[in-house]
Amino acid sequence: MSAAIGMGVWRAPRWLKRHETLLAIILVIALIALGAFNDRFLTVENLLDQGRFITETGLIALPMTFVIITGGIDLSVGAIVGLCAIMLGYSWKTFGFPLPLAIVFALFVGALAGFVNGFVITRVRVPPLIMTIATLALYRGLAEGVSQAHSVRGYPDWFYFLGQGSLFGVPTQLLLLVVLIVVAGVALDRTTFGRALYAIGANETAARFSALPVDRVKLIVYTLSGLASGLAAWVLVSRVTTTRMDMGIGYELDVIAAVVLGGASIFGGSGTIWGTVIGLVMIQLLKNGLALTGVKGDATIVVIGVALILSVLIASSLQRRRD
Amino acid sequence: MSATAVASPASPLTGAWRRLASQEALLAVAIVGLAIVVGLINPRFLATRNLADILLGNAYIAVAAVGMSMVIISGNIDISVGALIGVLATVSGSLAVAGAPILVSWLVPLVLGVAVMAAQGAVVAYLRIPAIVVTLGMLSILKGGLISVTGGKWITDLPQNFHLADLSLFGVPMPVIIMVLATALAALWMRHSPRGRAIYATGGNPEAARLCGVNPQRTVLMVFALHGFFAGLASLVYATQLRVIQSTTPQGLELTIITAAVVGGVSILGGVGTVVGSTLAAILIAEITSALVFINVSPYWTDAVRGALILATVIADILRRQRRAAQGWKR
Repeated sequence: MSAAIGMGVWRAPRWLKRHETLLAIILVIALIALGAFNDRFLTVENLLDQGRFITETGLIALPMTFVIITGGIDLSVGAIVGLCAIMLGYSWKTFGFPLPLAIVFALFVGALAGFVNGFVITRVRVPPLIMTIATLALYRGLAEGVSQAHSVRGYPDWFYFLGQGSLFGVPTQLLLLVVLIVVAGVALDRTTFGRALYAIGANETAARFSALPVDRVKLIVYTLSGLASGLAAWVLVSRVTTTRMDMGIGYELDVIAAVVLGGASIFGGSGTIWGTVIGLVMIQLLKNGLALTGVKGDATIVVIGVALILSVLIASSLQRRRD
Repeated sequence: MSATAVASPASPLTGAWRRLASQEALLAVAIVGLAIVVGLINPRFLATRNLADILLGNAYIAVAAVGMSMVIISGNIDISVGALIGVLATVSGSLAVAGAPILVSWLVPLVLGVAVMAAQGAVVAYLRIPAIVVTLGMLSILKGGLISVTGGKWITDLPQNFHLADLSLFGVPMPVIIMVLATALAALWMRHSPRGRAIYATGGNPEAARLCGVNPQRTVLMVFALHGFFAGLASLVYATQLRVIQSTTPQGLELTIITAAVVGGVSILGGVGTVVGSTLAAILIAEITSALVFINVSPYWTDAVRGALILATVIADILRRQRRAAQGWKR
């Protein structure tokens, strides 16, 4: 190193070469560029407003980071959001549960849906991709079947506090997301559970031989993914005031795009919560910035698709050069 | 050779019996059995009109499932095919309405389908990006692109001669002819040609395939290109059936196609399956969907039934493999 400096060759320090740092730099550039194009973009009000929209996918992206680090994937999250939203609305309106109990019930259904994914993946050894494609159809189908395409509305006012209210001037759900980001970040970085995720993703056989409870850890991770989807459903229903069976369609794309954009390898073994958060913010600001400059909502899906493919392409070519 | 001779007395299923217990035979039995049971409950289910509608209305799914089966057998997956079929149908319809020669409006979707899928195949095969990521990205590009370009407008006033699916040959409707031909040709080709066998080899064990002189990367590229062709063909059958083409992507179509392939016996672990099975499965799924209506179950339960069906098949497939592996590959 010192020899290199002595020869007058500047080497970038390691932290600068990290995926997250590069992303953060791109993010700042994008922010400035979008802000220059549109004076409504870089306002506190707009940015806080975006925080509301980010929360639903953000909540799911945290456990999805865990899932992808273990080398798995969960495509059923959007369907679980739909199922939980329906369960929340129906258990309250049709079964007559008190609303707090209905919320708990919806969260339980989410966790159960995730648990079923994890159970079959670990016990029967169905590949996560196929398992969650199957339950994507199943859970969405249950939401459709239970609701018969009817929507539920007319929740009491206090219910909207989570999705529409604010605390200390910050959207309520954004505070919830921030707390959970910190929890997830610490869990991933500082606990044996978190480190086990990397071990499993890097080499599952080695992890088994190291006496790590691989199956139990995976089961927990998929259950968390379902639970977070239930939480997202609660926030979503509270924000948009209605429960519909088609809620959460396409969430899997946004969430996976954010995690992969954030530097998690789709092959498992690497990824960080901080990267995922930057990926999330980037996608949301891209959507918002494009919308403000007049690009229609559907065209922004195109941008997310392109961003997803490009980020994986770039990451894998960097990886290959390093090897 | 001698191994089979030794093993066959011990194996409970031999020769004709084993063929009877194959996935294809089971599916055929299920198709007939379901028809009889539902027919007993509601005889109107067995009306020629209804059975024809089931077959004609879902032939395009069987055609697309042929390509999907190849992709899954090669060890990959494609979730962009539903969106692609939507895009191709819109392109085809728009061309016809704009006054392009009918042949052009029929051929362009085929060419475009091959091009889009070959591009994805190239990224999967040569840049080693998992198919799930590539096709998930492509799904959103196609879906978002289609709506933002067309604004969700419907295509109406299609020229009379555009409706390929309305034609029939010797009294057999065109969708059925295309479905049967596509399935039969693909099945024969996959069974008897070296390139067809290479798909199984690549899906079963890419490294072993490479050592046997198969180029796994080229095989994957070829499979995706073929899949694009079948997607184009499917979109043609689909679009020329409609009087009005909605320029949106059919919701959940990719799931129906994947379900057909998997329920048809294509192993999700790659290397196993036939397109005869996937076509039979496509018919069975369509039959189930229709049967639900005739036994007065709300159509909103269709997706749940489909999900349960794919889940049950996948779990059965894996358990069967594990049992066979535990028996030390006696067969």
